[in-house]
Amino acid sequence: MFPASFGYVAARSVDEALELLAKHGEDAKLLAGGHSLIPAMKLRLASPQTLIDIGTVQGLRGVRVDSDALTIGALTVHADIAHSDLVRQRVPALAAAAGVIGDVQVRNRGTIGGSCAHADPAADFPVVLTALNASFVAVSSSGKRTIAVDDFFVDFYTTALGQNEILTEIRVPLPPSDAGTAYHKLANPASGYVVVSSGALVRRDGSGKCIDARVAIGGLGGKPFRPAATEAALRGKSLTPEAIADAAAKAADGSDPDDEIYASADYKRHVATVLTRRALAQASGFKIETSHPQNQR
Amino acid sequence: MTTQHAPAGLIGASVLRVEDPVLATGRGCYVDDVQLPGALYLALLRSPYPHAKITSINTDAARKMPGVELVLTGADIDINIPSPVMIPGQKIPPHPALARGAVHAAGAPVAAVVAQTRAQAVDAANAIEVEYDPLPAVVNAEKALEPDAPIAREEIDTNICYRAVNKGGDVDKAFAEADHIVKMHIASPRQVAMAIEPRAAAARPEPNGDLTVWLSTQSPHRVRADLATSLKFPEHRIRVIAPDVGGGFGSKGPLYREYTLASYCALKLRRPVKWTATRSDDFLTVIQGRDQAMTSELALKRDGTMLGLKVRVVANLGAYLCSNTAGPPQRMMAMAPGCYQIRNVFVEVLAVFTNTVSTGPYRGAGRPESVLNIERLVDKAARDLGIDRLEIRRKNFIRPEQFPYKTATGVEYDSGDYEKALDEAVKLSDYDRLIRERDEARKRGELAGVGVSTFVEPSGGAGFESGAVRVERTGEITVLTGSSSHGQGHETVFAQVVAEKMRVGMEHVAIRHGDTMAVQQGVGTFGSRSAVMGGGALALAIEKVSDKARRIAAHLMEASLEDIVPAEGGFAVAGVPEKKVTWRQIAAAAYGRMPKGMDPGLQETVFFDPKREAWGFGAHVALVKIDRDTGETRIEKLVLVDDCGVIINPMIVEGQIHGGVAQGLGEAFLEHMQYGEEGEVLTGTLVNYAVPHATSMPTLTLGETVTPNPFNPLGVKGVGEAGTNGAPPCIANAVMDALAPLGIDHIDMPYTAPKLWAVIRSAERGKK
Repeated sequence: MFPASFGYVAARSVDEALELLAKHGEDAKLLAGGHSLIPAMKLRLASPQTLIDIGTVQGLRGVRVDSDALTIGALTVHADIAHSDLVRQRVPALAAAAGVIGDVQVRNRGTIGGSCAHADPAADFPVVLTALNASFVAVSSSGKRTIAVDDFFVDFYTTALGQNEILTEIRVPLPPSDAGTAYHKLANPASGYVVVSSGALVRRDGSGKCIDARVAIGGLGGKPFRPAATEAALRGKSLTPEAIADAAAKAADGSDPDDEIYASADYKRHVATVLTRRALAQASGFKIETSHPQNQR
Repeated sequence: MTTQHAPAGLIGASVLRVEDPVLATGRGCYVDDVQLPGALYLALLRSPYPHAKITSINTDAARKMPGVELVLTGADIDINIPSPVMIPGQKIPPHPALARGAVHAAGAPVAAVVAQTRAQAVDAANAIEVEYDPLPAVVNAEKALEPDAPIAREEIDTNICYRAVNKGGDVDKAFAEADHIVKMHIASPRQVAMAIEPRAAAARPEPNGDLTVWLSTQSPHRVRADLATSLKFPEHRIRVIAPDVGGGFGSKGPLYREYTLASYCALKLRRPVKWTATRSDDFLTVIQGRDQAMTSELALKRDGTMLGLKVRVVANLGAYLCSNTAGPPQRMMAMAPGCYQIRNVFVEVLAVFTNTVSTGPYRGAGRPESVLNIERLVDKAARDLGIDRLEIRRKNFIRPEQFPYKTATGVEYDSGDYEKALDEAVKLSDYDRLIRERDEARKRGELAGVGVSTFVEPSGGAGFESGAVRVERTGEITVLTGSSSHGQGHETVFAQVVAEKMRVGMEHVAIRHGDTMAVQQGVGTFGSRSAVMGGGALALAIEKVSDKARRIAAHLMEASLEDIVPAEGGFAVAGVPEKKVTWRQIAAAAYGRMPKGMDPGLQETVFFDPKREAWGFGAHVALVKIDRDTGETRIEKLVLVDDCGVIINPMIVEGQIHGGVAQGLGEAFLEHMQYGEEGEVLTGTLVNYAVPHATSMPTLTLGETVTPNPFNPLGVKGVGEAGTNGAPPCIANAVMDALAPLGIDHIDMPYTAPKLWAVIRSAERGKK
């Protein structure tokens, strides 16, 4: 398939990208790694008149610790996050999610900023970043603002970013030393996208009681789903396998996923409970049964 | 592995593929790489509807678009794709290159545009306005047989293309005498061939009026003949070149509409015209595989002796007949009894038109359907009768001393020792331990199953194959083979044979194929036939050339013919090794001063038809676990024992098995081309049609037995489809074994996680 014809301009700085965005208006799209936008253009699901390439902007790639948060440049590719020792040690769920996106080629070209701004409901980052309570730094000609993750993802392919804004950084609070994180995914064997995935952040006190649990589930709707009943069921409880299983059983409560060619809504709701149980158990420090990774690529 | 072998050891050596340094470093030349000065580009507008009348086509806007040189619709040309009559009485509805009045499958080309660039051609094709009047569509072959089903091809007022029956013995008597009858309905999922190189054509009109066409094809000569018929253009003035071809798996056998359209446009415009498929094009127009549904009954005695077999096959042919669309059900029928002595067999095929992509040979081409059918029946029979699954197979195997063995379906198996292969698989898999592992897993509440399949793998066939051996003036050897390679390694394997048999280094042998101007008439590569047919032709041509060379050698050395013996690099006089002539000396004589009474030249061509197929066989064993929570599967063990007779290159045979098994696992777990209720394509891209990835392959344990083929000059049998034949039923049997404790009898492939979870859940609910 071939895209409709389009113009291309490369920006050298965020400021220049903002100028170009203002100039080309609504018919322009920002291009980062191109691993969502270009396929959509080839299928003519998107036909922007102009692509503004921000992949050429310096200084937006890399992971660093900034006081109490990991700060990740929007142009950081998935593979860099998956392989970062810093991420693996401090926020293992984030490295796990980055490591199961698409395939090797996608992980080497796709960017975290592009993935988040695209807000595909079957993407991995929105889910794990919701569980980790990340925030998003957006820049526009009128300045900089920070958007909390629960406000950032709005619906299918829709974020809180304005037409004139550019996402420059993702901030992930460093989990405290009493916390664990985990991310579990059941991938569509064709696309590698999420059928269902679950990310968990669990804090516990010295006695093994849950201080706080934050869970996000992908595949159940247009944006990451926060299972309020599961989170509430864990707070203050001893993190036993039974307590985790009871809480995880409520993971799909209140969700309303669609049937798809590959998986039914029933299946997705069920798998949400399974993956949430596994993610919570792992985040609580239990060794969990490995699922069947035959389709991992 | 090494490339340095004494000629004497070449047959049977894992010589590295001589093709690979070029292909693996990106220096191959595929059709799309062929650069033709002044070339134009063809694009097609395809029907989005599975079945519709075309009420109007407006090409005005497209004709005015930049770079457009030609716009065609079905009204402008009378070009059809020829379909041979394979079965007497077979219905052959029109297969126009561009739709005329109606479309019968989504993806059927409705209009063609030729423009100066590919992008211009695509944009102009998209600017053509077509109005359709949608008609009811039918996509499922069994539903197409129902009385009120929509008619897929209104030109012939029936959905049945042909009915064929193959029978032997007295089936009614066998069933009357049976203690037990197993009944099953088994459907094989429709699969899409996923050659890494999509199809492509580049057509160039020559100044003298000839036509040269580069095609990504498995069968240059056959496609040339069909192209000539389609274009009504003389065959001898067409040159078809298959350069490097990036896989085919059967899908690149026939002539396609796009090939004939590119050729027609090139001739009409007097300019080269190129067309290269996108993956989306291939999803909609490349022949697809499988999609046969079997309703079967197996009659047995209480002790497991198989008495009779009845099979009704409903085969989905799709909407249009390609040259080989009607073939796979025939293959299914002929090998229905598998590797068992079943003397009373009745197989009926109903081949059915639907509003779907045409089917045709796909790696196995009827074999996997047939093996799946009999192997599921046998497993269920064992379970029903309380007989061990190995024992029931051993009890009914055709015995080694019974070969050549004529089956009740009328085909003759050359040789085999099925029990030996099964024993080897049992040994390699440590079968008893697998059973213990399964049982222990079950005690822990897990779902685990062990599966076995035993199978035959017919190879060769499809008429003849040609081979020519030419000793050049300097003694170097050129081989011209009709067996055109599309990735298998012919240039390596055939050179091994020539080098060993003519006692020269492989570097002195060049294998030429894939060009109808260079190579005598040939057939091509499919159906696991190249080593058997191309190799057989080659072996006979080597013999003939060697006979003549020996006579020349006798003359040159003034010795009697009986005293001339083969020697390194040529011939020698028996007992006088220093008295020797080389191929170069022999060739010098052959093209120079020939002995009186001998014709000049040193080239022999053989058209080889052994009038029988070569029946390889094998036994596969698997241990599969299913995650009860999610339905995900994992192969814990997969053992594949294959017997393909004499092995020329073990590394290449292993590669064939690896590849076949990968595609077999795709069928078992992932691949399913699906259509919606109204005939819409649901899985037309790689985003929703899953194929196996290299990283998802389990560890394979390979084994072999060697039962030489007594009817082949090299003793070989084919192996290209062994993996797609044996692995899916082995997996199916393992998955069903895993689900047996839940009381689940049979479900059809592919065993996707959501599908398995759903049946597990409903079985568990039923139990409560």
